[in-house]
Amino acid sequence: MKIIVNGKEVETNKKTLAELLDELGQGNARVATAVNEAFVPAKARMTQNLFAGDRIEIVTPRQGG
Amino acid sequence: MPVFYGTEVSSQLMLGTAQYPSPAILAEAFRRSGAGIATVSVRREAGGGRAGQDFWTLIKDLGVIVLPNTAGCHSVREAFTTAQMARELFDTDWIKLEVIGNADNLQPDPFGLVEASRRLVDDGFRVFPYCTDDLVLCETLLTVGCQVLMPWGAPIGSGMGLNNPYGLRALRQNFPEIPLVVDAGLGLPSQAARVMEMGYDSVLVNTAVAKAGDPAAMAESFAKAVEAGAIAYGADPMEPRDMASPSTPVLGKAFL
Repeated sequence: MKIIVNGKEVETNKKTLAELLDELGQGNARVATAVNEAFVPAKARMTQNLFAGDRIEIVTPRQGG
Repeated sequence: MPVFYGTEVSSQLMLGTAQYPSPAILAEAFRRSGAGIATVSVRREAGGGRAGQDFWTLIKDLGVIVLPNTAGCHSVREAFTTAQMARELFDTDWIKLEVIGNADNLQPDPFGLVEASRRLVDDGFRVFPYCTDDLVLCETLLTVGCQVLMPWGAPIGSGMGLNNPYGLRALRQNFPEIPLVVDAGLGLPSQAARVMEMGYDSVLVNTAVAKAGDPAAMAESFAKAVEAGAIAYGADPMEPRDMASPSTPVLGKAFL
């Protein structure tokens, strides 16, 4: 199925957000996530099912003012 | 030293972490200034890189308090979700709340700011609202649960200084017990000193330091200016007056 990850279309067969992060090499990284504009806590990623068209945001710490 | 939400900070200077020429210069700016709080943000990682992880390591090594922001958010929903992600990412319930209302001058949206503040306070956040110097807006932000105010000096990154000293003074006079921080728009240390001379608790600068020719030296200069301004406020400055008054005694002057 096709989903959107950080604004880019991605083809995946992963069923959950946790599996997707592993596939992207971010499974153990310091990241925070949102699905369809709603925050998904780290502890909920394993039960956060993915569906075609979902919009995933994966963010990391960055410089800011 | 300033106390925010029950936490005493080691310096009256807050520093942003963006736009420095290099991570090493950023770290040196913090070392030379002794800034106690670093503002940070959350952003997408570009191209599977490790910039975010490396930045996190750098920030941890600075040993300062981290204050995440919601920079770039133009809606309540966007700011709320960003704050939730920041809380998990940085393991803090402090959030510098930005809800931008105008794309040109990055002026805060007062209506969205109040609504977002209310939602975030209800969700357990300790909100540092980036606001204008509007007295009624600030009063409302306190009413919905903010215990710190961060009025702008001038538009973000402009270096203009204090556009409305009257408004800033009015906030200090009306909210004597609330920690006040001027956030944004400062370009020179003298402007930061002026903020502190008004009795403010802290100053946040980023662009003025990061874009200076020597950011570490400028950071140190801001730290000294902020300290000088705070001492001056505590020393109870004289009232200005229109007429001259001789400082040298008139009595005893020779008649020549």
